[in-house]
Amino acid sequence: MTASAKTIAVERAVRVIEPGPLALVHDLGRPGLAALGVSASGAFDRAAHRLANRLVGNLEEAAAVECLLGGLRPALPPGTWFAVTGAWSHAVLVTTDGVRRAVEPHTAMRVDAAGELHLGVVLHGLRSTVALRGGLAVPAVLGSRSRDTLAALGPEPLRAGDVLPLGPEPASRVPPVDLVPVDPPAYGVVELGVRPGPRHEWFTASAQRLLAETEWITSARSDRTGVRLEGPALSRVPELIGVELASEGMLRGSIQISPDGAPTVLGPDHPVTGGYPVIAVVVDASLDLLAQLRPGQPVRLRRATGRR
Amino acid sequence: MRLLPCGDRALLAEFDALDHALAAHSRWTASAALGIVELVPAARTVLVRLDPAVIGLGAAEQWLVAHAPAVTPGGSQARGGGQPIGLSVVYDGDDLAVVAEAWGCSPSAVVHRHVATEWVCAFIGFTPGFPYLVPAPGTDALPPVPRRATSRARVPSGSVALAAEYCGVYPRESPGGWQLIGRTSAVLWDADRASPALVTPGARVRFTPVRA
Repeated sequence: MTASAKTIAVERAVRVIEPGPLALVHDLGRPGLAALGVSASGAFDRAAHRLANRLVGNLEEAAAVECLLGGLRPALPPGTWFAVTGAWSHAVLVTTDGVRRAVEPHTAMRVDAAGELHLGVVLHGLRSTVALRGGLAVPAVLGSRSRDTLAALGPEPLRAGDVLPLGPEPASRVPPVDLVPVDPPAYGVVELGVRPGPRHEWFTASAQRLLAETEWITSARSDRTGVRLEGPALSRVPELIGVELASEGMLRGSIQISPDGAPTVLGPDHPVTGGYPVIAVVVDASLDLLAQLRPGQPVRLRRATGRR
Repeated sequence: MRLLPCGDRALLAEFDALDHALAAHSRWTASAALGIVELVPAARTVLVRLDPAVIGLGAAEQWLVAHAPAVTPGGSQARGGGQPIGLSVVYDGDDLAVVAEAWGCSPSAVVHRHVATEWVCAFIGFTPGFPYLVPAPGTDALPPVPRRATSRARVPSGSVALAAEYCGVYPRESPGGWQLIGRTSAVLWDADRASPALVTPGARVRFTPVRA
């Protein structure tokens, strides 16, 4: 490689200084491969992912970083546009001449000279999306640049020193948007819409009532595979206690009940099939909220209305 | 066939037997309606994922019923012509004795019965490329095998294992609770291959014993 080619390569890449607790590359996943045992995976907060990409003029499906809890510090080459969406934290852009500029959420910013983006600890929500103009051009696996944490498919979690190439300049310009009115992820009780699942009849009437009336607590043992909810045990009808369900297809949002009666809402990296009965399924419109639930945060499951 | 609710963007079609689920999966896959995003076959069910912007739950229900395969009582809903996929196996699994006890025979008879059976892939689950194999239609069923009381933290890649009515092959090292009877050097899963899964739903499989 010649010196000039090397310079160009370096200019068009982002270097990870600190990944924070967990930083993953994501696009909108690889749907359609479940028959091979591969889940769709993809950005957990899809709306945040799409918005971050739109803000910097990328296609919505471009690969970006999904950063858990904050703490991510990438070094950005001069002229890079970026935007941070999803969870809110104090974020600053530190340029090489020592100038610190506050980074507003949901706003495209340009790094004039080379600089470092510092994401603070998240204050609202759990996962931030950092999109960079051009998108992350890491190799795709089965058509996607998403990290499936359960199947261990796709780009490895980011580590300090990783160099991520940026894709070519997109066709569309950075849109001139001053303010995107998006509320920060909620602090208090989060309400998720649910519809009946295929095995709701496995559970007692009182379990169905508890599902709808309980203020559930988001467990710390939650990840991209599933979000566990703590609360009362949901009992099966007596004749189905101890009965094993043959494995069946699962969805993002399926609420499966383990034998001890505890609900888990499946996330984007869920197993393709599972053997725990699904009492209800979170509706599409509420799925992104799951990504931002903080450990200890209360959750209510409300029966979504509308035509079946 | 029963269509069970599954939230606002899917339906779960349930059948009385694996054969029927497989037949419906292949029929629906072949004639895929617009707006049906994904069909996920499993033991007794096919999960039908929809794009609600393209097809509503009601319209999808009608389409699924109209295109459900006719079921011949007792008849085989066999699929997948062609040659079976051959997998060479060293039968030295740690749980051969457990399976022998469950089947009421000797460990060598377990190997003999496993080799004599033609298997068909019912579905893939657990991890990418992990096939759930059952005896092919017209073959004698084998007695069910209990899962291990506690899972192993690490089952080596290529392990051939039994649980319930299924035979499976671990595509990569992973935790697992199935009873191990042997190992194969075949690569069950390679994301860089044109066809990443070696064994896909409907494919037939024969096992051949080899020395270590």
